[in-house]
Amino acid sequence: MLAFVIRRIMQSAAVMLAVALIAFLMFRFVGDPVNQMVGVDTPQEEVARLRESLGLNDPTIVQFGRFIGNALHFDFGVSYQFRQPVTRLLAERAPATLELAFTAAAFALVVGLIMGVYCALRRDSWLAQLFQAISLIGVSLPTFLIGILLIYLFAVVLGWLPSNGRGQVVKIGDWWTTGFLTTSGLRALVLPAITLGLFQMTLIMRLVRAEMLEVMRTDYIKFAKARGLRTRSIHFGHALKNTLIPVITIAGLQLGSIIAFAIITETVFNWPGMGLLFLKAVQNVDIPIMAAYLMLIGLLFVLINLLVDLTYGLVDPRLRIAMRS
Amino acid sequence: MNLRKFLLAAGAAIALSVALSPAHAVTLRYANQGDLKSLDPYTLNETTANAHLGHVYEGLTSRGKDLKIGPGLAERWEVLDGAKRWRFHLRKGVKFHNGEDFTADDVIFSADRVRATGSNFQTRVPKGAKFVKVDSHTVDVELESPNPIMIAQWDTWYIMSKKWAEANNAVAPTPAAATTPSHASLNTNGTGPFRIESHQPGVKTVFKVNAAWWGKKEHNLDEIVFTPIPNDATRVAALLSGEVDVIEPVPVQDIARVNSSTSAKVLAGPELRTIFLGFDQIRDELLESNVKGKNPFKDVRVRQAFNMAIDKETIKARVMRGLSTPSAIMIAPSLFTHSKDFTSPKFDPDAAKKLLADAGYPNGFEVGMDCPNDRYVNDGPICQAVVGMLARIGVKVNLNAQPKAQYFAKVLKSGGYKTSFYLLGWTPGTFDSHNVLHDIHGCRSEGSPRGESNLGGYCNKKVDELTDKILVESDPVKRDAMIKEAFQITTGEFGYVPLHQQALSWGVSQKVELSQRADNSVLLYWAKKN
Repeated sequence: MLAFVIRRIMQSAAVMLAVALIAFLMFRFVGDPVNQMVGVDTPQEEVARLRESLGLNDPTIVQFGRFIGNALHFDFGVSYQFRQPVTRLLAERAPATLELAFTAAAFALVVGLIMGVYCALRRDSWLAQLFQAISLIGVSLPTFLIGILLIYLFAVVLGWLPSNGRGQVVKIGDWWTTGFLTTSGLRALVLPAITLGLFQMTLIMRLVRAEMLEVMRTDYIKFAKARGLRTRSIHFGHALKNTLIPVITIAGLQLGSIIAFAIITETVFNWPGMGLLFLKAVQNVDIPIMAAYLMLIGLLFVLINLLVDLTYGLVDPRLRIAMRS
Repeated sequence: MNLRKFLLAAGAAIALSVALSPAHAVTLRYANQGDLKSLDPYTLNETTANAHLGHVYEGLTSRGKDLKIGPGLAERWEVLDGAKRWRFHLRKGVKFHNGEDFTADDVIFSADRVRATGSNFQTRVPKGAKFVKVDSHTVDVELESPNPIMIAQWDTWYIMSKKWAEANNAVAPTPAAATTPSHASLNTNGTGPFRIESHQPGVKTVFKVNAAWWGKKEHNLDEIVFTPIPNDATRVAALLSGEVDVIEPVPVQDIARVNSSTSAKVLAGPELRTIFLGFDQIRDELLESNVKGKNPFKDVRVRQAFNMAIDKETIKARVMRGLSTPSAIMIAPSLFTHSKDFTSPKFDPDAAKKLLADAGYPNGFEVGMDCPNDRYVNDGPICQAVVGMLARIGVKVNLNAQPKAQYFAKVLKSGGYKTSFYLLGWTPGTFDSHNVLHDIHGCRSEGSPRGESNLGGYCNKKVDELTDKILVESDPVKRDAMIKEAFQITTGEFGYVPLHQQALSWGVSQKVELSQRADNSVLLYWAKKN
């Protein structure tokens, strides 16, 4: 087990290094940060001095080395736009993104699971057909369109829910801010969480439905029926449990993409999270923020993959044996 | 924590947050597409940042709703010794937000700080100017050469407190490339009608009214909450749903929608920025063209043909949806008294084609064009329209519309002026023709700031001579005559294709009254909310 974990961590480090390198090569094509930092009519002497002081005149390889060296002790430099340490900016924005992502994931998992099980067990009912139709919309409509439609309907026309921002937040401890404790915070969370979670919800629903139908056809379910077990125990004790392995994998991996794809939802709802910060950084060629964000998302995916691999072992005893050897 | 305790805590938090909001405070919520990045008033010379900080800081002069220069922290001033010495009488009884008195020392300190390395406002104060304290509320400025427009931009040269800066280790301006955050970029201490209560960069900034302000207030606000909302659709939705009171800008395609709603309207008016096309007329061979061995833009007939082939009225009607003012010269009409005397060359593609043939291009030629697509109102579509219009006279334009980050990196001096034909917008920072003649018509030469933004390298020594005379001429009638002469030369040589002034469009809730200034500064100290 330990050897397995160590091996995976080594692989993860290699992946992170590759992410950093690719990101860094990309930055050479996003444009010139200095022109975004000062006005068009700034004297050229000053522009040249800025470029020198940011180290932009050094060869890319030197800049890359400096970046990796600093990143090793979690120093990602100072944002070109805000003149504040990037680590602090990201830490300030992280609670917003994480609260949104977990709410969206919880929504996707709970609703997706219920709908999926229902669709599998009552395949021909009209409600199941309706769920299927909804899931088609969720899979095919792009996030930003769903977001704008929801804003238009619930914020502009009906005026029930806020269209943007996080509402009132409450500070917990030194750096965590939460919107869970105020009514305006909870109201602000509804539309973005649905927008962000809708795709994952339909994915989980379709997955659960397909897996469940598969499992229901297997011999041990037939055998359980033959033994005269209660329908409920067959459905939820045996069938559902066995459909959960792929669902856990997908849900786990999707959590990473929920956080990463929050970029679009955050932009549409002006949600003050890391994604919005990243998008503005791209527009303003704020390389320190872009680099730190990409590294963070890379790290997230690596960690989630690691965790998912380890959870397999807990759910499926056969894999535990494989890991040991 | 068990569930009951958690719910109790949550309930208490809600109750507390409700109890904390004051009963009848008038809050105006304002959303802009850009951020307020640094609070240091010398970090970034940009209209939006200057307007934001103008609620908190003040200059020696101010500009009114019609952009006229008026008194600010200086009550009055005298121009002595033929504009070589200026005497400023400072306002008495003015206090900074932290309670300190405003005196001549603060002006002298600010004059040093604004010219220090790292400041983006160094040109606000002439290099050799000496600031002399006469008494606690009188300052003399001694110049090496006369400068009648010295105070043109002093309304956005904000005065900072000497004591406060010294006490907080903020004597040096925060440079755009600061590697450590400075106190002055996160905190403010001005004399203005509002003070900043909290500032989370890129998220939210809260301004509270300064009850001890010296002036007569023209607003009824207690608080301004500023949120940057970069996404156009979201910003408009927030205005229509009543969650914000003022937005800037309203995208052209949403103007009708906002005006047809019952909750908000669009304030529109001509902006001072002139959008124009420029030609590379300095290289012997264009970088991106099929004409080899010579540069077609060096021929005045080709430039004239381009001027005649582009239909500004169609661009206004089709691309700008009526929201632009076609322009015949390179400066907004409100900034130059004789601008009425200039007219655009008549739109005439056949005559243009003939001119091209005379110049030796009967079948036209091919040229690359650089255009930003996220900088000015509908910049990409304008360029596409131009491509179509030039195709009618046989010129094949290969359009390279790109995000501003790439665009500016390519075309500006730092990128080596790598363009053959481009679209750019220009607002003279001084609101004066001298800036236009000096920065975008002046001959480029190594080591001189003249013509640094003259991306195509237009050059006429006579214009340069006039420009130098215009700088020091203090008789307004003579000065305007010289400006007119200079613009007659530049338009006669078809140095550029001026297109239009784009329109300002602010979205304002029906509950709010606001005056709109033509330089696109959103100044909420003139706002009333019912």
